[in-house]
Amino acid sequence: MSRSMPALIVAVLLLAGLAHPQDLAVRAGLLHTVSGAPITDGVVVVRGGKIVAVGPAATTPIPEGLRVLTAAVATPGLVDAHSVVGLAGHLNQPSDQDQLDTSAPIQPELRAIDAYNARERLIAWVASFGVTTLHTGHGPGALISGETLIAKTRGDTVDEAVIVPRAALACTLGPSTHPEGSGKSPGTTGKELALLREKFIAAQAYRSKRAAGGDEAPERNLALETLADVLAGELPLMITAQRHLDITNALRLREEFGFRLMLDGAAEGYLLTDEILAAGVPVIVHPAMERAEGERENLTFENAARLHAAGIPIALQSGYEAYVPKTRVLLYEAAVAAAHGLGAEAALAACTLGAARVLGIEARVGSLEPGKDGDLALYDGDPFEYTTHCIATVIEGEVVFEGSR
Amino acid sequence: MFDRPAGALSPPYGAGAHAFVGARLLPVSGPPIDDGVLVVRDGRIEAVGPRASVAVPADAERHDVAGLTIIPGLVDTHSHVGGGWGADESAPIQPETRQLDAIDVRDAGFQRAQAGGLTTINIMSGSGHLMSGQTLYVKNRDGNGIDDLCYRWPDGTPMGGMKMANGTNSQRDPPFPGTRGKSAALVRERLVAAQEYGRKLAAAGDDASKRPDRDLGLEALLEVLDGKRIVQHHTHRHDDVLTVLRLRDEFGFRVVLHHVSEAARVADEIAAAGVGVSLILIDAPGGKLEAADYDARGAAELEARGVPLAIHTDDWITDSRLFLRDGALAVRAGLSESGALAALTLHGARLLDLADRVGSLEPGKDADFVLLSGPPFSVWTQVLQTWAGGELVFDRSREADRLWAEGGWGAGRSRTAAICCMLGPGEDR
Repeated sequence: MSRSMPALIVAVLLLAGLAHPQDLAVRAGLLHTVSGAPITDGVVVVRGGKIVAVGPAATTPIPEGLRVLTAAVATPGLVDAHSVVGLAGHLNQPSDQDQLDTSAPIQPELRAIDAYNARERLIAWVASFGVTTLHTGHGPGALISGETLIAKTRGDTVDEAVIVPRAALACTLGPSTHPEGSGKSPGTTGKELALLREKFIAAQAYRSKRAAGGDEAPERNLALETLADVLAGELPLMITAQRHLDITNALRLREEFGFRLMLDGAAEGYLLTDEILAAGVPVIVHPAMERAEGERENLTFENAARLHAAGIPIALQSGYEAYVPKTRVLLYEAAVAAAHGLGAEAALAACTLGAARVLGIEARVGSLEPGKDGDLALYDGDPFEYTTHCIATVIEGEVVFEGSR
Repeated sequence: MFDRPAGALSPPYGAGAHAFVGARLLPVSGPPIDDGVLVVRDGRIEAVGPRASVAVPADAERHDVAGLTIIPGLVDTHSHVGGGWGADESAPIQPETRQLDAIDVRDAGFQRAQAGGLTTINIMSGSGHLMSGQTLYVKNRDGNGIDDLCYRWPDGTPMGGMKMANGTNSQRDPPFPGTRGKSAALVRERLVAAQEYGRKLAAAGDDASKRPDRDLGLEALLEVLDGKRIVQHHTHRHDDVLTVLRLRDEFGFRVVLHHVSEAARVADEIAAAGVGVSLILIDAPGGKLEAADYDARGAAELEARGVPLAIHTDDWITDSRLFLRDGALAVRAGLSESGALAALTLHGARLLDLADRVGSLEPGKDADFVLLSGPPFSVWTQVLQTWAGGELVFDRSREADRLWAEGGWGAGRSRTAAICCMLGPGEDR
């Protein structure tokens, strides 16, 4: 309700100094703003869900009557750059797995907002580890599995949770799209690319004919409509590609069709840093603790560090898990990436502001700056240390988790 | 019921003497020692203590390791490294299958486990069966065959437990059980058969003509019933745990409860039963029905009740290179740091009947230890070296070993040769 409160009313409430459910202050021994240097004994003031002040406690007054949360350390709420939480449920039974339909290899018409279960238990689970923003949706495993969305980890319905209803179109290259012996097409890497090129060329024709209008205009086609949005640059294509071969194919496809590309996974990305950098493509790096097997047998804990060192924009993610654990935890993955060459500062950026930039939502989330959403994660120590706890999570001034996780 | 030393025999030892001087020692069997000295000789620990009280032998190779931390080699009570599967799809109960016959000692998983500091591993078949076969306790050293790795009972036969499971993993289409009741009934039936088999064997005495025909499965179950072979039992849900304890009461086998997602709910019953527990630490609940209510706080609840508590990787569920992290996650959920280190070492050894050989830094025990760059439960700490039976099996400063530790191009390939005179140190893989 309050998110849609007209700005005028918010302003009136602020002027009147009335306590609002989305008013809050956080005081932390160490405040990581990410957009600037960390602040010792820092304060963040949130009013009406938005950050109104950030600074040292000595010079940043906390308005009287405001609820104050204190913590050893606070960071911006974490931004998970790629997850399937909300579509892939914790029970892992057919009835709660909505991340992948395998009836056809290319299904751009599947929308994430039709499948996101805002009450799924794993949303609250990741929120209790500081995640406030989640890029989630259709998962890897099909050439094109459907759309993704961006949600805040709160709300009882998708409409209350979602902030970007159409975030990207999910595409996968590599062996997972053609499991051995499935008897389905695609059955080879060459066929994967042939099917995709064919579809994109059909979308090019559809787009130009629709634009021309008149009697010759083709009937609406939801799949081609979505692909046309990708070709128009309105919807990024997120391509999950692990092997160097598949990453190279993703870059070649982008050359040919000119879409906005986000590379996802990129287990062997460290072999192609020059090519990825030259293409100007960001990478949502596989979870640091992702299992090294199959198409990911050559992954390294240091992949994020090596891509970052090469100057490639990176974001961190929890990824997709088919079994136990049913989801990874972004904070845990960032910690291991940090300890394996990335370092604490770059790792924190890659799961906050850097991730927000890759997703195109940096105007709203990712750092502690006036005007941005009041999203914070609070800890009782070094956020990345194994034995530290997340003690509170705040979304737009509302405490969505409080405890010791 | 635990601490029945089996007089286990270890695999071959490395030769020579080494002294590690100046590290912080965490012996587990005793309090931490700052600025300590660890002396090992011919594969066994010779002396452990403060610098002032332990002399460095003149013939020992001296390693100045001030600023580092030394802990016992880690003991993983539940792993699937080596890709060894015992039971197949033909039946839910197959005690006659052996890990001994199934493990690839050149699998990259062993090298990753060395990079994680693991020196003793209980390798088991999966949980998709009520009984998936005989497990194998191995020393994580580089060998040419499984005989180079396995611990042995005093009679020289390879040592291990018996893998069992209940709950949802083993419920499948026939001939597998479809319910929990059927699962327990099938297990009871087979254990009763073993009792009958044992009775006939005893009655026959030395008269070979009166003995029943040999039955490899029932022979293995007799080792379970007489307590030689510990049941290593997969069980998650609170009621499944109680079913294991009920069968234990009926048949008198020795059992370690594995995973135990809902340990906190039945901590009193577990403590009263006097059994050991080996927990798994996972990053999120669920992934299957029986783990939907996974709760890491079980570790602290069991510790408070004095239950012998180990932690395992269940590799590949969790990565052996991150085994210390599993202990740290238990600390995060309330377990004491000393309890967590014991859960990764000495308590694990106890639950495998290997505590007289490994699990702590004590004179006479195997020279299994790990050099750490910092405290064991910090994300910033690295495993620098792993020694197993007095052999340096992992050294982060060697390029080949670093590949196993971090991953990268070629890290998925099996070890190609154990020892080769043609290559330099660290290039033998």
